[in-house]
This record gives sequence, structure tokens and C-alpha cells, in this order.
Amino acid sequence: MSDTLARVEHAAVSLLVSLGVALIGVPLLLTLYLSVFDEKLILFPPHAYTLDWYPAIGATFGDPIWTSLQLGAAAVIGSLTLGIPAGIGLSRHRFRGRGLVSTLLLAPITVPGIALGLAIYIMLVAIDETAGTALTGSLTGLVLAHILITTPWVVRLCLASLATHDRTAEEAAASLGAHPLKVIWRVTLPAMRPGIIAGALFAFVISFENLELALFLTSPGVTTLPVAVLQYLEYHIDPLVAAVAVAQTLGIAVLLLLLDRFVRLGRIVR
Amino acid sequence: MTTSPDAAALTLDRLVRRFASHTAVDEVSLSVTPGELVVLLGPSGCGKTTTLRLIAGFIAPDAGDIRLDGQSIVALPPHKRDMGIVFQSYALFPHLSVARNIAFGLEMRHTTAAATQARVDEMLRLVRLEAFATRLPRQLSGGQQQRVALARALAIHPRALLLDEPLSNLDAALRQDMAREIRLLQQARGITTIMVTHDQTEAMALADRLVLMHDGKVQQIGPPEALHLHPANPFVARFIGGANIVPGRIDTATHLLLPDGAPISLAAAYPGTGAATLAVRPDSIRLGEPGRAGARAAGTVELCTWLGATVEHVVRLTPETTLLARGPGLGPDAAPRHKAGTPVTLHWSAEDEFLFDASGRPIAAATTDFTRSRETNDA
Repeated sequence: MSDTLARVEHAAVSLLVSLGVALIGVPLLLTLYLSVFDEKLILFPPHAYTLDWYPAIGATFGDPIWTSLQLGAAAVIGSLTLGIPAGIGLSRHRFRGRGLVSTLLLAPITVPGIALGLAIYIMLVAIDETAGTALTGSLTGLVLAHILITTPWVVRLCLASLATHDRTAEEAAASLGAHPLKVIWRVTLPAMRPGIIAGALFAFVISFENLELALFLTSPGVTTLPVAVLQYLEYHIDPLVAAVAVAQTLGIAVLLLLLDRFVRLGRIVR
Repeated sequence: MTTSPDAAALTLDRLVRRFASHTAVDEVSLSVTPGELVVLLGPSGCGKTTTLRLIAGFIAPDAGDIRLDGQSIVALPPHKRDMGIVFQSYALFPHLSVARNIAFGLEMRHTTAAATQARVDEMLRLVRLEAFATRLPRQLSGGQQQRVALARALAIHPRALLLDEPLSNLDAALRQDMAREIRLLQQARGITTIMVTHDQTEAMALADRLVLMHDGKVQQIGPPEALHLHPANPFVARFIGGANIVPGRIDTATHLLLPDGAPISLAAAYPGTGAATLAVRPDSIRLGEPGRAGARAAGTVELCTWLGATVEHVVRLTPETTLLARGPGLGPDAAPRHKAGTPVTLHWSAEDEFLFDASGRPIAAATTDFTRSRETNDA
């Protein structure tokens, strides 16, 4: 009886896993398939296949990709600079207003991107009008907005990596003569390493793929890849966009694999 | 015993530390001579660990002073106190090798690479872990991690060594080896050492002097045998040797009346009358058959437990009072075993009997009643 039950359970799990894999895999495979059609319009079945779309990415999307990479790097640096100290502070101290700080730090995750983008746009315009700055449509404005949405992830992951951290190691370091900042550098940060690496990765991916904020905050001179793709799609329906998607997916996948290897290696070395 | 040139005299002067409304450390004073090993002993929550953390500088006292060789260190942060600390969880740095763990304190002191290497090698030899220098902490057993923690603490030539329950995470067999090892190292190096433990046997085995704490207060300070022979109050008698504690009132010089009126015949005579508490250790009580001369009290066996080396009887004197008696369980001196329900008499001698007044202070015997004492010994 229980044997039958176990078999049914096993079959059900296998089915669900296959469904899940299909759900993720089929669109990816279709995109990959589309990206090699030798057609100006997407026709099925294609009369021939080609890899020419891939070298063509650079000509159309080179500038936006460069902007997105710079933006992603800036967002990573900014969110780590804010998020790591915030994570250490929130995990160490139970101070008045801690709940408020932690809610504020995590809030951007819960606000819809479009609403956030509009709000930031209005705010930047207001700042520009009062202070005479030119933040609206500049890369600086975009970087600040991206730091806003990536910091919560860094804080979250730093807090998670500190949850199992034994603070007596910090006391041991202090008793051995380490100044409080030395303690953070030599003991706390090494313990947070997996969280920091994962946080940096999340920050980069979120920034690189973000469309909603960029829709409001880019200008003709400064366009990110997702916005450029959207604009391109308004006038062309050809396999180039599929090629961009495949290239982007591959790029991020390689990054993930490398980092995963790095963090795991780190765990072994530790 | 040699005394290390680094070893300092440590003085605690009426230390007080409160947490909210609770006073964790209450006017604790203590003088530790250079090279001495003092054990802070007590049940959990007695304030012993808080006292250690005050000495280490992890928390600040609300009042009182801590001095090393006469100089106050109470305002110094932990990293300027030169204390070697071994934590209950060892607190090794998980990402650093054994050698790098030991070198940590030396690096903080900007010792030259050559001197650091020499000191690390010396420490590795000291704790016999030369072969493990490049291992990571989690590749070591509990006992080995413990030795690394000790080596790391000693490497910095600490002025005092603080040990927080250093043996509690080890299994029983290893614990005794490690206790011996710590004692030998401490004596060989002559380091002023304060150790915290809740384990009485461990404390007895290691301490030059014991500090027994309860409710944040020092109950008694002295060599282990002094606490055993002359407990300062009922708590000390109860904690060291697990004495039976019997509250009552002294009626005549040699009688203690229990609350329900039953008398205990005391082995010695005591001055005065009034509320008093009797403490007698289970090991001091011998059982006899009814009618035997020199009985201190009479009762009925309620439970007999044979534990191999010892045999224990729970004897009920009155509906409210029971006493535990313990005798040898094996060999020619083995105490006779009595079935539950057997009426017995209880015997002990004057030196095993401790009487305390209403405020818990010991009452000295007016004259020891040698006749009675001898009778008991004969029994």
C-alpha cells in the first residue's frame, strides 16, 4: 500500500520537475532557435539558417550594452558600499528605529518598478529645477536609482550570511589585539564572503535587466540595453532581438557558473 | 611553580554589573596573585561568565575597578588589555589555518615575520600540533581545536589567561586529559589564570583557589579543601559535596527541631537558640539498625539505589524531611543495603556536621561532644 503511495509520489514529483524544466527550457530553446533564422521577418519554417545575427548585435546595440555594463558595475559598487555596513549594523545592534531602518532598506523590493521609476523621475526633475543640476536623463541619476533597487538585495544576503556567524570569533580577535575596524576586516568580512559575492551578482543582474526604471530615466544619449531592445522592437521584428536575448542569457549564465565555482571553492579553502 | 615574567596580579574591586533590573555581578572583589589559577564556580546564571567578560573588557562594569599589577584597566577596550582568552566555543577563525590562527595576535602586534614564525612554531610544539599547522579549524577534532585556541591565547604573552568553560564541549574522557594538560601548561608557564566552570570536579582538579558564586555574589573564596571543610553558608555546603540541607530551630544546645517538631540530635553542642539550618553531606551519613546507640535521627528507607562504586539511600525522617545517605557500594567496607520500608537510624560525627544561623552564617560548636562523636564512629 505504502509502496504504491511512494511510487505515485515519485511519479508526481518527476512530472512536476519535468513541467518546471519545460516551463523554463522551452522559451529558451525557442529563442535560441529563432536567433538562427535566416529571415528578415520571423517566418516559420525558415528557408535557411544563419549565425549572422550574432555579429550584428554590436552595430545596433553596442552603445546600450556598454552603458548597461557601466551602470551595472556602478550599481554593484554603490549597493555594496551601502549594503555591507548596513547588514553588519543591522545584525549586530538592536537599536531604537532598527525596524524602521530595516523596512526602509527592504522597501524598494515591494514597490512596483514602474511606480518607483515615475516617482524617481518626478523627484529628479524637481531637484534639477531647484538646484539647477542635470540629473534627469543622466547616467548619474540612473546609477542612483539602480543603487536604490539593488541595495535591498545586498542587505538581505549580507544579513543571511551573518545569521550563522559566531560573534565570539570577533571577541577573540579583539582580545588578541585587533582594533574594531581590524576585526571587521579580518573576521567579519571573511565570514560574509559568500553573501557579499551573491549580493554583488544579484545587484549586477537586477541592474542589467532592469527596464522599468530605465524607461523613465534614460535619454537619447544614455540608453540601456533593455530600453534599446524595446525601442528596436517597435519597428523591427527580426531574429536580432532573439540573438541579443541568447547572448545576454549566456553571458549571465557564464557569470553565474564562474561565481558559483568561486564561492564553492572559497568554502573549501576556508 | 615558575611564574612567567608576563604574569600579572589581577584585582577585582567591588565590581557591579546590572542588566535591566537584574544585578548579574554584585560587589565582586577578588585578588589573584601572579601565576595563580583561580576558578570561578557556580550554577548557571550566578554571574561567573559576566565577571569573566568584565575582566576581558567585552562589557563595562556599572561600578568597581579592575587592576592589573595595580593599574586600572577598566577604561581600556578589549584589544588593549593583553588578555589571552579561550572561549567555550573555541571561536577559532574558520577561514584561517591553525598556524594563521595562532599568528593572529602577533600580526596585530606587528611582530616581525621571523619572530612570529618562531613563536607559532613554539606554540605548535607546546600543544603538540606541529603536524597540523596548515589544517583549517574544521578539519580538527574538538580536543585539537581546544589546543589551538589555547596556543592562540598564549602566543601573545598574555598578562592573564581567561578560560570560559574550556572543557564543556569535550566528551568526558577527553575532558580529564585536557584539564590535566591545561593545569600542566599553566603551571609550567606560570600564567595568572581565571577559569569559569559550573563543574565542581573540574574546578576542584584545577584550582589553586575557588571562588564560589551565587546570585551575582561571591559566596566563599578559598582553596578547594577549605570550601569543603569549612563551608561559609548553606549554599556552599550544598554546592560543594551536595550536602543535605535541613532547616529547623535549635531548641537546646544539642537538639535541632524540624518544622514539624521531630528532633535531630546534634553531634556537637551549639550556643544560643533560634532558627538554624543543618548541613550534612550524604557521604558523612552512616545507617544503622533501630536501637543502635548515638543515633542522630531515625527514619524509614524510601529508596535504595546501587550505583556500583556507591550505594545511596533516601531516608524519610518526617513527612517533610528526607536525607540522602551515600556509602561505598563495593568491597569489604561496602555499606549494607536496606530495602524500602526498613526503619533505620542515621549517624554522623561532629566534624561532618555544619550548622548555620538564620542569616546563613556558620555557628561554631561551643564544645565538641567527644563522647557522642566516638559513639558514632563506633557505630
